[in-house]
Amino acid sequence: MSNVKKAFENGKAFIPFITCGDPDLETTAAVVRAAVNHGADLIELGIPFSDPTAEGPVIQGANLRALEGGVTTDKIFDMVKALRRDVTVPMVFMTYANVVFSYGAEKFIKTCYEIGMDGLILPDLPFEEKEEFAPLCRRYGIDLISLIAPTSENRIAMIAKEAEGFLYIVSSLGVTGTRKEITTDLESMVRVVRENTDIPCAIGFGISTPEQARKMADMADGVIVGSAIVRLLARHGRDAAAPIGDYVASMKGAIT
Amino acid sequence: MTNPKGRFGIHGGQYIPETLMNAVIELEEAYNFFRKDSDFQKELTELFNDYAGRPSRLYYAEKMTEDLGGAKIYLKREDLNHTGAHKINNVLGQALLAKKMGKTRLIAETGAGQHGVATATAAALLGMSCVVFMGEEDTVRQALNVYRMRLLGAEVIPVKTGTATLKDAVSEAMREWTSRISDTHYCLGSVMGPHPFPTIVRDFQAVISKEIKTQMLEKEGRLPNAVIACVGGGSNAIGSFYHFIEDKDVKLIGCEAAGRGIGTFETAATIATGKPGIFHGMKSYFCQDEYGQIAPVYSISAGLDYPGVGPEHAHLHDIGRAEYVPVTDDEAVEAFEYLAKTEGIIPAIESAHAVAYTMKLSPTLDKDKILVITISGRGDKDCAAIARYRGENIYE
Repeated sequence: MSNVKKAFENGKAFIPFITCGDPDLETTAAVVRAAVNHGADLIELGIPFSDPTAEGPVIQGANLRALEGGVTTDKIFDMVKALRRDVTVPMVFMTYANVVFSYGAEKFIKTCYEIGMDGLILPDLPFEEKEEFAPLCRRYGIDLISLIAPTSENRIAMIAKEAEGFLYIVSSLGVTGTRKEITTDLESMVRVVRENTDIPCAIGFGISTPEQARKMADMADGVIVGSAIVRLLARHGRDAAAPIGDYVASMKGAIT
Repeated sequence: MTNPKGRFGIHGGQYIPETLMNAVIELEEAYNFFRKDSDFQKELTELFNDYAGRPSRLYYAEKMTEDLGGAKIYLKREDLNHTGAHKINNVLGQALLAKKMGKTRLIAETGAGQHGVATATAAALLGMSCVVFMGEEDTVRQALNVYRMRLLGAEVIPVKTGTATLKDAVSEAMREWTSRISDTHYCLGSVMGPHPFPTIVRDFQAVISKEIKTQMLEKEGRLPNAVIACVGGGSNAIGSFYHFIEDKDVKLIGCEAAGRGIGTFETAATIATGKPGIFHGMKSYFCQDEYGQIAPVYSISAGLDYPGVGPEHAHLHDIGRAEYVPVTDDEAVEAFEYLAKTEGIIPAIESAHAVAYTMKLSPTLDKDKILVITISGRGDKDCAAIARYRGENIYE
């Protein structure tokens, strides 16, 4: 069993997303530890990309701040290595295909394994293109996480059958960012997922409040929250660890 | 040359969010149906001929030929098309296709504004609504085109993210498409993006090389020695090359925008300075740093100011079938002025890159050689910017 699945053994999983290097890597490491200490079950670490086409304005801004601060893939690998001395919860990277490809796919994925990462989420790598990296991920025991979207329809079964780690259910059309309302028929999506795989599924995109999290957790095995956390980082900067710890506690509390 | 997964050699593919996958699959299925549908083809040909003014002329540039003293030079006059550029070919095709698919709304990105104007035009003609994303920087460089699009009934959204140029306009149009798919077609302007766009756009632009071939055989009784076109994403170039790809004796030359030079950071010459990568839905060559961050690019030409190149060009480069050469701002501006003075034709600054390379190449060739330059668009839009480049205080 991959390490990622362990995130779903402690009730419903709460999965925070953090853009690495926003505003610097010391803050990222402190925020990761605060999130873990307050109940985060899996950490999604964003490696910034210059042109994040799946992101809304909030996470775009975080990418920009991080890159302007001089963060690089290598510096992020070093930070993870240091985190792994005391942080044991599963961690996955979220980035874009070019970050992996240009680094050298094998070098990137092998390093993920060596520093103790568990999975990889690439929003611009759909089912049809996953063989670009899937063989290397399998070789090094890194789960290549699949996504399904409200428009996936007839594709859900096919994607679910080959999914690894957990299945990332995109709650709404459009890019990342908080939403007042989520109107997708997620229950039927989850039903098709359950019919086709035993791996857990988590819902992300647009979730920010404990009420939304509870509603999503009722349907799925976990919830993913990005923009709401990145917004706290933007507001509190280097002092973001404490407020993010409190926020994670309230969200985990809501879904437990 | 496309395999089922939309590959050109190793390039191409569909590197897009899952949210868009069914939309591109639906598009591919519709395209495969309508490309063989005689009614669709008839309707498109009528639009090409009666609305856009095709076939465009193949003009013997006698004065330029004599002045340069080498190969015989022909100009393929895409600048004479309705809306003033080759962009209308692709847009009429895609808009008609979208309408047949039941879409009521077109979205598009634009750099110089030519593709945005063409899309707004087709939307007006076919009764569709239209939203154009344009880098804020470009809305300033090409203010008159912004007004043109609005005049045609389109909404223009200035894009402020990133470098506020063409690549950011593409990113924003892709983001918009993920949020509204059911009634909206993304009318991509070049031979780039995820499959099937590079193939669809190429097929609609291939009318350029089809006509060149016929016209050249009529005028000279033989094929040209080389076809020369400017390359940003590469749609007028692939359109000019396509029907000559199998004619191995015809050299295919793409002219990239070198900006202030390929030794500087202020360049947009993707094949000269980029490396393989994955971006905007495709694998191809991209200007990027060692960590794969897409580089800010620069060219005097807003239409060539893009950090990537279409996947079929990347493949033609890999297999050596086409040659890609960098042309600087200075060279392009000189060519812009030269063609105006020599032939009375003001080319788009994009097309002037192809003219500039021809000015270097032609004198080295014998008089029995024939070159065709695609003048992809007209230069009226560029006059104020070139005047400023030459130190004159002229604004639109």
